[in-house]
Amino acid sequence: MTELVQYDFMQRALIAAALVGLVAPVIGTFLVQRRLALLGDGIGHVALTGVALGFLTTTSPVLTALIVSAAGAIVIELVRVRARTSGDVALALLFYGGIAGGVLLIGLAPDANSATLTGFLFGSVSSVSQEDVYVVAALAVLVLAVIGFFGRELFVLCQDEEVARAHGLPVRLLSLVIAVTAALTVVIAMRVVGVLMVSALMVVPVAAAQQLTRSFRVTMALATAIGVIAALGGLSTAFYADVAPGATIVLLALAVFSAAVGTGYLVRHRRGRSPSTRFSDEPPSVGTMPQTDRGSVST
Amino acid sequence: MSAELTRHERPSVAPGTASTASAFRVSDAVVAYDGIPVVRGVSFEVAVGETLAILGSNGSGKSTMMRALLGILPLARGRIDVHGIPLRRFRDWERIGYVPQRLSAGGGVPATVREVVASGQVSRRRRLRRGSKADDSAVDDALASVGLTDRARDSVHELSGGQQQRVLIARALAGKADTFIMDEPMAGVDTESQHALAGTISRLSENGATVILVLHEPGPLEPLIRRGLSLSGGLIVRDGPPQAPTGDCARPGHDHVHPHAGAGTVIGTVPTIEVPRRD
Repeated sequence: MTELVQYDFMQRALIAAALVGLVAPVIGTFLVQRRLALLGDGIGHVALTGVALGFLTTTSPVLTALIVSAAGAIVIELVRVRARTSGDVALALLFYGGIAGGVLLIGLAPDANSATLTGFLFGSVSSVSQEDVYVVAALAVLVLAVIGFFGRELFVLCQDEEVARAHGLPVRLLSLVIAVTAALTVVIAMRVVGVLMVSALMVVPVAAAQQLTRSFRVTMALATAIGVIAALGGLSTAFYADVAPGATIVLLALAVFSAAVGTGYLVRHRRGRSPSTRFSDEPPSVGTMPQTDRGSVST
Repeated sequence: MSAELTRHERPSVAPGTASTASAFRVSDAVVAYDGIPVVRGVSFEVAVGETLAILGSNGSGKSTMMRALLGILPLARGRIDVHGIPLRRFRDWERIGYVPQRLSAGGGVPATVREVVASGQVSRRRRLRRGSKADDSAVDDALASVGLTDRARDSVHELSGGQQQRVLIARALAGKADTFIMDEPMAGVDTESQHALAGTISRLSENGATVILVLHEPGPLEPLIRRGLSLSGGLIVRDGPPQAPTGDCARPGHDHVHPHAGAGTVIGTVPTIEVPRRD
């Protein structure tokens, strides 16, 4: 372990990874409850266009990624509410648009090559600079502050949008808050696990935690703990085994998920509750977009 | 009897504002989806303390009417006053306790009974703070009112349909609602829990709350309903006391619940439900 922190680049990498592991599951808990688990993925693809735009205009790729992915998040949210196509089709359009735009623009950039692209696709946590650490830390604080400020409203919104409206809450504004906060988180996580696996850290720790908990608050706390452990553990393993850090972090999180499913099953059986009766009728589909949900329009 | 008493005990309304005596006043309301009117010119008034059922089949416009009352859907024409204030300017939404048809499972992130009930205070609690003692005791009272104090730490998804419905009522109570709009409260509730639920609803109205029940048919809630508003094709086709069930109650095995009979024993530890008084 001492060997690990001797290198400056590893110190920076560990700090960045820990921050991502801390923040991503917090916003992820709301996204999973809102059935928008794939929103992070959609934003991640759009962020790639932002990165390419940064290289093309020789500005900071993190900054352009921030702007483009926030704009993308707002577009996704508006399309989700307004468009007559189903939400997943709208999201798919942004997936393809984002990645095609990124590949096209990075080809035009003079000092970028496919290695640069790979770094952003799959993460390059070992190349995190001191400046990057500051940016990641500032964004992490911002995300946590937003969640702290709007937490109660977001909880009501993610439980039931109709109830939130009946409370007179600004549902459209709060939906945008969720989308933009998710975009910020994507940009933070991009350097560590890459845009293609960005939402794994938002979703997998939450999916693991909810196997074991009964409370929203505890789910979020446990997901955060799992996120930090997976991020630090995955990075350390990658250092010693000389494998890709982003992929190791995600696989470690998935391993925790498998263990949590097993443990949760055993615990519920011991308590005498069959897991199939936990949900009275239809089981919730974790990690899926509402397929044909056009909103709650009925008479 | 007790509902009458409560109403008389209320201090008289401010002079010049006769409309404060009605919880909802709907005049010539038209609600449309994409330009197609679903509610086509409906007028009615709901007095404070009244228990009213909005009845109708699928497509009758009853759910649309309910959403318009809650301010979820805009009016294409007409006017709705909520407690004497035009809907558009009404800000005191915590007074309106919306009890949806069912607790949404969402993405399956668990939440405890207490967390859901406390979320009814969303518009009252201070930001970035833990709830005050008054907020916490309001949650305790709401849980006690529906007889779920001992389930407070359980996940809401582990409860039965009837218990989940009582959680949703408690959520409205925790926000100090005095006007309840319930969407098909008996849907998916087993016969045993229907007694407890009907008891909870009847005690709400006994304590002076305004209760609007949106129902497919009166069913087990029939004894509670003093006035039925039948909608069909977006218009009111009947407004008055529900048709007497001509000796139905005498028939053995009739399907509705007498809340006064069994309720006390089902949730015997429950004190009265306190509905906040506002003037």
